[in-house]
Amino acid sequence: MNVELDCRGLLCPLPVIKLAKALPAVAVGDTVTVLADDPAAATDIPAWCRMRSQELVSAAENAYVVRRVS
Amino acid sequence: MNERAYLDAASAEPLHPAAREMLLSAVDSGWADPVRLHHEGRTARLLLDNARAVLAEGVGVRPDELYLTTSGTAAIHSGLSAVLAARRRVGRTVVHSAVEHSAVLHTAGEAGLEIGVDMLGRVDLEAFTEAVRQPGVAVAVLQSANHEVGTRQPVRAAAEACGSVPLFVDAAASVGREVLDDGWSVLTASAHKWGGPAGVGLLAVRKGTRIAPAWPMDEREDGLSPGFPDVPNLLAAAAALQARLAEATELDRQHRAWIAEIRQRVAADVTDVEVVGDPDDRLPHVLTFSCLYVDGEALVTALDAEGFSVSSGSACTSSTLRPSHVLAAMGVLTHGNVRVSLARTTTYGEIDRFCRVLPGIVARIRAEVGM
Repeated sequence: MNVELDCRGLLCPLPVIKLAKALPAVAVGDTVTVLADDPAAATDIPAWCRMRSQELVSAAENAYVVRRVS
Repeated sequence: MNERAYLDAASAEPLHPAAREMLLSAVDSGWADPVRLHHEGRTARLLLDNARAVLAEGVGVRPDELYLTTSGTAAIHSGLSAVLAARRRVGRTVVHSAVEHSAVLHTAGEAGLEIGVDMLGRVDLEAFTEAVRQPGVAVAVLQSANHEVGTRQPVRAAAEACGSVPLFVDAAASVGREVLDDGWSVLTASAHKWGGPAGVGLLAVRKGTRIAPAWPMDEREDGLSPGFPDVPNLLAAAAALQARLAEATELDRQHRAWIAEIRQRVAADVTDVEVVGDPDDRLPHVLTFSCLYVDGEALVTALDAEGFSVSSGSACTSSTLRPSHVLAAMGVLTHGNVRVSLARTTTYGEIDRFCRVLPGIVARIRAEVGM
């Protein structure tokens, strides 16, 4: 299952905050797709995944797919 | 109202008392044109030569290898352009790390070949070595240490890798604080980083390095820095560098201990914080960290209200709304970013109060967004 979070037009840290609030709501193994056009998201969403030990499945075209692994 | 604690020396160090004293006397004695043959001109020339000699000694070159420019940025723009013009038959590629000062990136432009850095901000030496050995490389550029995160760069190893390609070193973050690695062909620095006045840049060009100014030249500084020189400011810059170097060992010891303490206390007292940059092989006075879920502008503003002056690489604090290219190249968190940098006037009481105040501010900003 995948949940989509539309964060277009929002500046960091808001997309990361929304991701952090949304991920616990999905089951382990499911994904959240964050749509974000803030240039900072390109660094901050992967950095959040690293700090939180979650899996960044893909990052392309202002869309970041994150899988909950714990 | 809290007392101010200025913790942004990496942006600008307050004027050193030795520089202030020199400046006040030099505005009365060094105002004339140093190329004129009359008494006042000869006096100004003597003072200019004196300033050049002190500044040259401070960066380890001969006086005739040192050009004095109007800023560190101007030194990079003109120095790098002049090396490129002299090397245009060899090639036009500028190999540089991804974390150089924007003045390097602006000058390199489309000729730039960017070499990535690791998570500590240190250049990938293997990739750098391979890149400088390709045909068509005009010059390689590497900073002595990173101005945003403090990580030192492997200048000596890079110089060895360069062979006959000139290595251009931006040493603005280090001069006055640290002994510089050798092996470079061109070196630049900026006086306001060591407690000198703004408006003074150093461009050191080792003998044997070919340069060709690519702009209208006059007789000043062999054409590398056109226009009437600011002799009083240059003298003040020299006085500051001399004084600063005399204090460097003691300040280095003090700053390293305090930065280590801030690093330890920030990591211990603030949850979800990423302290970035090399913990050991680094500048003595800079510490950078990012707080998850915190808006960088809100953090800088809240710290300012508590009396602390810090800078930030977060996008919301920049005019372009783009995050620091340094933090992005390292792949570390860019929001909630703070750079603390100690001045020679910084006291232990200031950094202690900073460490006590920060956790509450971060918690308050997070609470406002429900984190």
